[in-house]
Amino acid sequence: MSALLEIDAVSRHYHVRGGLLGLKHALVRAVDGLSLTLMPGESLGLVGESGCGKSTLARLILGLEPLDAGSVRFQGRDINDWPQTELRRQMQMVFQDPYSSLNPRMSVGAIVAEPLVIHSMGTVVERRAKTLSLLRTVGLDADMAQRYPHQLSGGQRQRVAVARALALGPALLVCDEPVSALDVSIQAQVLLLLQDLRQRLGLTYLFISHDLAVVGQICDRVAVMYLGRLVELAPAAALISKPCHPYTRALLSAVPVPDPGHARTREHLVGELPSPLNPPEGCPFHPRCPEVMDICRREFPPAFDTSSSGATGGISETRLAHCWLHKPG
Amino acid sequence: MSDILLDIRGLTTAFAAHTSAGGVVAKAVDTVSLTVRQGETLAVVGESGCGKTVLALSVLGLIPDPPGRVIAGQALYRGRDLAAMDEAELEGVRGNHIAMIFQEPMTSLNPVLRVGEQIAEGYRLHKGASRAEADERAVEMLRLVGIPNPAERAQSYPFELSGGMRQRVMIAMALVNDPDLLFADEPTTALDVTIQAQILDLMRELQQRRGSGILLITHDLGVVAETAQRVAVMYAGQIVEQAPVAELYAQPQHPYTQGLLASVPRLGVRRTLSPIPGMVPGIFNLPMGCRFRPRCAKAFGRCEACPPLFELGPGHSARCWLFDGAPLAEPVHCEAFKREAYA
Repeated sequence: MSALLEIDAVSRHYHVRGGLLGLKHALVRAVDGLSLTLMPGESLGLVGESGCGKSTLARLILGLEPLDAGSVRFQGRDINDWPQTELRRQMQMVFQDPYSSLNPRMSVGAIVAEPLVIHSMGTVVERRAKTLSLLRTVGLDADMAQRYPHQLSGGQRQRVAVARALALGPALLVCDEPVSALDVSIQAQVLLLLQDLRQRLGLTYLFISHDLAVVGQICDRVAVMYLGRLVELAPAAALISKPCHPYTRALLSAVPVPDPGHARTREHLVGELPSPLNPPEGCPFHPRCPEVMDICRREFPPAFDTSSSGATGGISETRLAHCWLHKPG
Repeated sequence: MSDILLDIRGLTTAFAAHTSAGGVVAKAVDTVSLTVRQGETLAVVGESGCGKTVLALSVLGLIPDPPGRVIAGQALYRGRDLAAMDEAELEGVRGNHIAMIFQEPMTSLNPVLRVGEQIAEGYRLHKGASRAEADERAVEMLRLVGIPNPAERAQSYPFELSGGMRQRVMIAMALVNDPDLLFADEPTTALDVTIQAQILDLMRELQQRRGSGILLITHDLGVVAETAQRVAVMYAGQIVEQAPVAELYAQPQHPYTQGLLASVPRLGVRRTLSPIPGMVPGIFNLPMGCRFRPRCAKAFGRCEACPPLFELGPGHSARCWLFDGAPLAEPVHCEAFKREAYA
C-alpha cells in the first residue's frame, strides 16, 4: 500500500525582530527537519506541549504556510504541484475552537454548504440535499440548518465544523485539538463521532492533541514532538505502555490518572520548556533530561529504531526515537 | 467540631437576567451544603456552567450585585458567618485567612505592575509590613513556589513570564499571608501536563506543611483523583453526589457521576467511550424535577419531582430517587423551578 501523505524533513523558521529599533534578529525554528508518513485509513496522533510546533506542522501539510525546507507529498505528488482547488478537496481541517472557527453571521446550513459553493459543486437543490445529509452524518437534525452558531452548544458547533470539513469528501482530515474546548461528557460524544466517521467514510486523520489519553483512545500511531522536532514515533498502545524517549516517559507520568488507587512513580521534569527562540544545542530536551549524556549536549540524535525485535511489520509497526540512549551497540 | 474550617449551609446564589420572557431569576448555586476540614482537600467537580466558580465567589462575597445575589444559606468560616461580616471585617479575613487562586493567570494579574509588587501588596495590607519587609516576603514566596532567580523575577511584569510561571505567581500571591483556607479555581487548567504536575505537587507540599484546607474546583477527574480526599459532584447548580474520593471512583452512585466517569478517556485503556447523551441545561432553562432527568437513562416517573440528597453511607450521599428509602442527608425543601419576577 502506498502512503497517503509523506512529510519529508520539513522545516519552518520564523524571523522575529527584537531589541532596540528591531535591530536584533532571531530565528524561531517552529518545525525543524521533521519527517512522518501517513498511510491511507490510519489515524496518526501528534502530541506535545504548547509551542512545540504541532499546529505549524498542520498548516505546512495543508499548504497554508510555505515550507523553508523539505517536502510534503500527497498521494505521491508534491503539494506544490497539486492545483490548489484539487488539493483542498482532498484535505480539510477541523479547528480547535468551535466558537471562533464558525462565522457568526452565517446560518449552519450556509456554513456547511460554503465549500460546495466555492468549489461550484452541484445545483442549489443538490447542495441543499447534500448539506442536510452532511448534518445527518454528524448527528445533527435537519432543522439545525436554519440556526446560527450562537444558538448552538460547543459540541454542536464542533459537529458543524466537522460537517463543513467533510463537505468536499476529503481523504485526509487534519484535526487540531478538536475536543480540547469541550466538556468531558461532550468530548466523548465528539470522539465517538470521529471514530465512527473514520470507519464509515474511510478517512485518514492527523489528530493533534495535547491530551495523551484522548490520543490513545482514537489513534493507531502517535508521534511526539518537542520544540519543533519529532522525538518519538510508535504504535499508540506501545507508546503508552512502553515509552522509549525520556520526554515521552515524563509526559506520560505527568498525566493525572482518574483512579485514586493508582500508584504512581512520577518522573519529574525540572524546569520549563525552553524558548524556541533560543533552543539548546544538540538534543533540545537535554537541559531537562534525567538521563542526559555528554553527546546529547553536542549533537541532535538521529532516528534510532526501537522496535523490540527489529520487527518488520511495515510502517504501522515502526518504532523510532530520536535519543542517544537507543543508539545500537 | 473545631477542625471544620468552612461550613457552607444551604447556600443559594441567584442571578437576574432579562430575556424575551421578561425578567427572570435563576439559581446558579442551589442549596449547596459542604464542609472543608483542616488539612483536607475537597474537590468540587462539574462541567462548565454548573456553578462551581459561582459557589467559591459566593462564599467569598465576590458576586457582583446586580446581577447576582446570595439569597439563602450561610458560609461559616471557623463558625463565623462570612455574609454577616461588614466590609472591614470581611477584608480582614479575605486574602488573609482565606485566599483564592483564580483561574486564568493571564487575566487575573495586573499587567502594569511588577509581580513582586502584586505579591507584596497583600502582605502590606494585612500584616502592616513595611515596603522593604513586604518585598523581601514576596521574593521568599517566589522562591517557595519554585521560581528560579526569585529576586530578579520579582521585578518582571506578567507578560515576561510563561503560563506556568504566572500560575506560580498566582499561588505565591494567594499564599503570602499563610491562609488556612485556600480556594483553587481550576489552578492548572491552562497549563501543560508537565507543569501541571509540578503545580499540583507544590500545592500538596504546602498543604502538608501548613495543614490548610483546600477547596479545589476543577473539571478534570484525573486531577481530583490525585489531590482530593473528598469529592462533591455538581450538576446545574446542585450537588448531586458527595463521597470520599476512592469510593466515588470505585462505586459512583448517581447516574450523572457514572456517566461522567464513563466519558473520560484513560491512558492505556482503549475502550468504547459511553458519553452522556444531550447537553448541560442552561440555568435559565432548567428542566422540572431532577435536573439530570432529560439525559438520564434510568429516569422514571418520580424524577418529575426534584430528589433530595439521600445518605448512602458515611460521607456518601446522592441526589437521586433510586436511593429513596435511604436516610435523608438534607431536609426536603427542594421546590420545583419557578420563574419568579426579579424583585
